[in-house]
Amino acid sequence: MTAHLQPSVPHSSIATPVLEMRGIKKSFYGVPALQNVDLTIYLGEVHALMGENGAGKSTLMKILAGAYVADEGEIRIDGQPTRISNPAEARQAGITLIYQELNVAPNLTVAENIFMGSELSRGQWLDRDRMVREAERVLSSLGASFTPQDIVSSLSIAEQQQVEIARALKDSSRILVMDEPTAALSDRETERLFEVIHRLRTDGIAIVYISHRMEEVYALANRVSVLRDGQYIGSLPRDELSADRLVQMMVGRQMQDFYTHHHPAQFGPVVLQVRNISDGRKVKPTSLELRAGEIVGLAGLVGAGRTELSRLIFGADPKTSGEVILNGKLLHIGSPGDAIAVGIGYVPEDRKDQGLFLEMSARKNIALNTLQEDARMGIVNWRAVGRTASTAVENFNIRLANLEIRAVDLSGGNQQKLLLARWLAIKPKVLLLDEPTRGVDIGAKSEIYRIISEMAERGVAILMVSSELPEVIGLSDRILVMREGQLVGELNRTNGKTITQEDIMTYATGAAEVTTS
Amino acid sequence: MSQTDIRPLPRSDRNPAKSRQQRGVKEFLQVAGILPILVLICILFSVLSPNFPTTGNAVNILRQASINIVLATGMTFVILTGGIDLSVGSVLGVSAVVAVLVSLIPALGWAAIPAALLTGLLLGLLNGALIALLDLPPFIVTLGTLTALRGSAYLVANGTTVINRDLNFAWIGNNYLGPFPWLVVIALLTVLASWFILKRTVLGVQIYAVGGNQRAARLTGIKVNRILLFVYGASGLLAGLCGIMSASRLYSATGLLGNGYELDAIAAVILGGTSFTGGIGTISGTLLGALIIAVLNNGLTLLNMSYFWQLVVKGLVIIAAVTIDRLRQRRNR
Repeated sequence: MTAHLQPSVPHSSIATPVLEMRGIKKSFYGVPALQNVDLTIYLGEVHALMGENGAGKSTLMKILAGAYVADEGEIRIDGQPTRISNPAEARQAGITLIYQELNVAPNLTVAENIFMGSELSRGQWLDRDRMVREAERVLSSLGASFTPQDIVSSLSIAEQQQVEIARALKDSSRILVMDEPTAALSDRETERLFEVIHRLRTDGIAIVYISHRMEEVYALANRVSVLRDGQYIGSLPRDELSADRLVQMMVGRQMQDFYTHHHPAQFGPVVLQVRNISDGRKVKPTSLELRAGEIVGLAGLVGAGRTELSRLIFGADPKTSGEVILNGKLLHIGSPGDAIAVGIGYVPEDRKDQGLFLEMSARKNIALNTLQEDARMGIVNWRAVGRTASTAVENFNIRLANLEIRAVDLSGGNQQKLLLARWLAIKPKVLLLDEPTRGVDIGAKSEIYRIISEMAERGVAILMVSSELPEVIGLSDRILVMREGQLVGELNRTNGKTITQEDIMTYATGAAEVTTS
Repeated sequence: MSQTDIRPLPRSDRNPAKSRQQRGVKEFLQVAGILPILVLICILFSVLSPNFPTTGNAVNILRQASINIVLATGMTFVILTGGIDLSVGSVLGVSAVVAVLVSLIPALGWAAIPAALLTGLLLGLLNGALIALLDLPPFIVTLGTLTALRGSAYLVANGTTVINRDLNFAWIGNNYLGPFPWLVVIALLTVLASWFILKRTVLGVQIYAVGGNQRAARLTGIKVNRILLFVYGASGLLAGLCGIMSASRLYSATGLLGNGYELDAIAAVILGGTSFTGGIGTISGTLLGALIIAVLNNGLTLLNMSYFWQLVVKGLVIIAAVTIDRLRQRRNR
């Protein structure tokens, strides 16, 4: 999606670092979060900071932004030792951190947001004209397509992000830290953001870019530094980057077989047939088939109707036409309960909003779909439930202190595994997965891939919606591409043919139709 | 670095026995949150009034608490799903009038209790149907039925007090089972049954699930509408039971009976630590909450405090108790 955006400026002629962090140590309640971490950043570079969840990236950046104070270590700006003990001092030193959750006041104008806390005035009165002019100047340097008078809530997430960047530039920041800035952006918005980042780099601003997404790092970074378990592992310049190497640095072990799925040449019989299913709005009449043991990837741009299609099959939304056939039998699915009863499972894309019961224990979260099996006359045998849950915890390698821990207290990867465990407990014949690895770190990702592969090997038919193309390609036996509510392409692995990201994007963007017509 | 995702935890930490023990302690602390407050208030009244710490008065307090305990138990089910039932006082009124009227019919005297329970159940199901099937906000629906049913209670009673001096179920309000008034026995049985439903049954887990995350509950195949019908039905049924309890004590009923009772019931639930957003809470907490309210009513009366001042003190104690509880929970996070 973003592969064509290569860094424009080569950085062989880099001189003094604008920022050096040396020997940074930080502990929380005696637990070391950072041990002797070094980081060197030059002006005019995009420096990617990578590592698993909990590796210490955010802690390090919060120390840089003055949100935390390091226990030990030194920060040098332009070679000068600099004390940063609060956010104001960080701002003075020219450092701005843009968090994942944006810090904007939605009901105020763009200009008011940019100048919040440092409003320009003439005597007692706000100098609105000058604030608007200044804001205009900064926004045009970003190539923004909105005006200072726009209300922030009317802007897209990407534009709100630009408001934050504009605020940083107005403060003449030279070091901009962005924490997973594309997490909430569509592909098109991501490209716009990358253009802004290129512009900033050309203007000589240093950007520290935290991301889990390998392709973004390839597209942007001049250098990559890796943290693991609170320790600095090392840095790689752009020309030495390789996915294997990065994964090895982040995880601490080789991961040649990141995707362990073997793509069998033959599958079982057709398990699920979907014929002309439609919701009359976002999904146009669509048909597909899943075979036992087959992993079918469902690719497409955000908003193409992939989630809607899987929800329709599952009975989560009412369908206006079409039928679902399981093992040759026509189903009457009126609600998710009906789908579950015949062995169709659905793991939704937003696990916190639609999947988990955050305040409930891990045990109940795992057992919720199978409580009836461990109950007699509606009375739950909690001991049996506990046994079921412990088995799942072992099988899925879910790391938790005990089964009574609340789901909210688990990491993203463990939450996702908890959810998968719940669905696999119903012994599904068909499993619909919606973005199964969104927001989980690379170690948990590879385990989730292993779980999905194993399910397929046991004969489950799997439909996997995913926006991460490497994942779709690595895991799927067959890929369906959706565009504007319709299936527009099917990519097969027959005869050992490899499927490329370009193949998928050609269909997903509609380029295929342009070239054929 | 709060999530040590990569290192497996030591084996011993997965010990189920230990986790069960920890759970017991945690649960106790949750309930114990307001237990000290109850004890403190009791000590205070014992010091201030010699009439307070007697066995007779303790039974008295329990009897005075019994109706609110039953109402608050039903309310706990509703609030656990993230809803509210403002109509319980009015349902109580209608059911009480129905009970007394049916008891006056010579051949149908036996039907008084079933009729009142059925009235409560149906009115509760009506609330549930409006909320679940038409997807209306619980506050609005039950505010509406609160008003409409209050009017209905007056209409059914024909604007007067309906009296039956030979009330066939008067034993409920006036007799004892051993040392305990039947009212108290009924309240405690209600609490036990509800505790059992919430702790031990599939239905109970599903009630918490619907309150914790309704969207996720739907996607795990829980019939959310059925759960909502159950909780509002249960709340109505228990309000009907309270109608019987009230009428049996008074040998009569009026359209005004139960007016404002919903507020004490809600207060008891909230005092008991049940979250207004749903998914968190216990029946044992609700029981303690109802007892605190009853002790306050009883103690302040013994101290000859005027009714107006009683209201002021009660309100302040509710706010203070919940504040202390929230502060304590924040510290535990």
